[in-house]
Amino acid sequence: MNIIVCVKQVPETTEVRINPETNTLIREGVKAIVNPFDTYAIEEAVRLKEKFGGKVTVISMGPPQADAVLREAISMGADEGILVCDRAFAGSDTWATSYTLASAIRKVGAFDLILCGKQASDGDTAQVGPGISTHLDIPQVTYVKKIEEIKDNQARVERMMEEGFEIIQTSLPALLTVVKEINEPRIPSLKGMMRAKQAKITTWGQKDLDLDPQNIGLCGSPTQVVKIFTPPARVGGQMLTGEPQEIVAKLTELLKSEIH
Amino acid sequence: MDYLLSEEQVMIRDLCRQVATEKIAPIAAECDKTERFPHEVIKALAQSDLFGIFVPAKYGGMLELPEGQTAGGVLSLCLATEELSRACGGIAVCYAASALGTFPIILFGNEEQKKKYLPDLASGKKIAAFGITEPEAGSDASAIKTTAKKVGNHYVLNGTKHFITNGSEAETYVVIAMTDKAKGARGASAFILEKGMPGFTFGKKEDKMGIRASVTSELIFNDCKVPAENLLSKEGMGFIVTMKTFDMSRPGVAAQALGIGQGALDVAVKYAKERQQFGKSIASFQGIQFMLADMATELEAARALVYAVARMVDAGRTGVSKESAMAKLFASDVAMKVATDAVQILGGYGYMKDYPAEKYMRDAKITQIYEGTNQIQRGIIALQLIKEAGK
Repeated sequence: MNIIVCVKQVPETTEVRINPETNTLIREGVKAIVNPFDTYAIEEAVRLKEKFGGKVTVISMGPPQADAVLREAISMGADEGILVCDRAFAGSDTWATSYTLASAIRKVGAFDLILCGKQASDGDTAQVGPGISTHLDIPQVTYVKKIEEIKDNQARVERMMEEGFEIIQTSLPALLTVVKEINEPRIPSLKGMMRAKQAKITTWGQKDLDLDPQNIGLCGSPTQVVKIFTPPARVGGQMLTGEPQEIVAKLTELLKSEIH
Repeated sequence: MDYLLSEEQVMIRDLCRQVATEKIAPIAAECDKTERFPHEVIKALAQSDLFGIFVPAKYGGMLELPEGQTAGGVLSLCLATEELSRACGGIAVCYAASALGTFPIILFGNEEQKKKYLPDLASGKKIAAFGITEPEAGSDASAIKTTAKKVGNHYVLNGTKHFITNGSEAETYVVIAMTDKAKGARGASAFILEKGMPGFTFGKKEDKMGIRASVTSELIFNDCKVPAENLLSKEGMGFIVTMKTFDMSRPGVAAQALGIGQGALDVAVKYAKERQQFGKSIASFQGIQFMLADMATELEAARALVYAVARMVDAGRTGVSKESAMAKLFASDVAMKVATDAVQILGGYGYMKDYPAEKYMRDAKITQIYEGTNQIQRGIIALQLIKEAGK
């Protein structure tokens, strides 16, 4: 079973600070980690490999230092890491990113499954996984909390929804995005860490991939970020005290004055 | 302080820190309270290859040894034990005690014994224990009453060991028994036992002051038949096996003490910064500051000594009993003092079980007692000093 896992390097903190002048993330002094949701995808891929055999290839698109997240995936049991990295890819939105990653996946060759975390903890869009499946024209199942069965080129999975869950059967190859309920990611092994340290990470740039220059990087990104800002902290409400009848009277007065 | 660790040693330390944070810290208080053996942590340590860091690669471990050297990995073991102990001294000792039970086989096992027992211990599939202590033979090994009588191609063991860490949880045991009582300590021999051997059962499980996640029990031998090929080294070598094993393992106990001390200091610093009295944090008071400074300095001095001794052992130096004893003695005394001071800094909260300080104090105490009381360590050191002066 050949599995591809897409991972992203993100800043460790959940409270990402934004430079108000440039509208960009302040990355200085913040440790870079594997997007936490992606660690569940890595774990699930390694478990499937342990069960069915095959190979786990991890792909990340990002700057040269994103090589670290690929090595971390290898330390958890992935076999190979590919870094999709080029200045031409800078400024990609979710559309351009999924287009570029889909092209890299085509170059990897035959696969049975693509696993992604449900979303990245920095951008929170949850769009890149589904975007890749659309570009590759393969089925997608998002928010998977359990892979029930893989048999005869089919997968039956449980999908976690806000109200209950769905059981979905899909043909393979398919793309699944996973939620944290799916497993508990392992702590790497020492042998894995040593293998990761010595692993050769393949880097693919624009010239290595079959890409339409119009569709990559900033110019291939239809999303226009007009403004990014931290919403102002919620100001404390007003507390009304007294007997219920008094409070109601005060409240209706206040509401009336708000309307006028 | 920078101890110029190798890349692999840094990996081991960081990996253990991750295990400690993610797997040990969340369950430490519960395991302490309910005396629960932390099987899930043992599994995580095994999956992370951490039982292999002191076992030679030739026998399934991860330790690459220089030509002609049979054992090592002591600094790696110290780094691992220290990090795990920082979260829980009780859980860490389940790991360290397996190393204690493995070392005699690494040091004195023949090729067949090593091939048979070490791979499963290196992978963590099985854990080990070492059994010497008896109700009437603690520091005085010559008073051992357990006997081993050779009958045909077996030895028949009779007697009881007590206070055995990992007793009943371990699969592989190294046990010291008398093959010739008349010879005293020179009549002791070491045997490899397996759980389930006929006549080998477990007795009372102790209810301890500290390190309560670890299990401490009796080993009972009632006409226990042990194959003759399970004799470690030769008859009469039991005391030497024990002493050489302790030379390797004492830095590990010292490291356990370091970790407990560090954990207590971490708690004290955090609390001192948060606790407000007289309108400011108690960390701003010189009385508290000086205590914290002394705790940190003494711990660092202990760490430097422990790592230096571990490096000596790893380099294959022989005759390290004095240094090994010094490391264990100093680090455990420092840990006890630091943990007691941590309780003091937390004041009333330090005395309460809802806060972690009192557990560090209870856990620290054992490091002054086991693997040779600190009085025995002083004896070893003094004896060596006198011997050296006589040369």
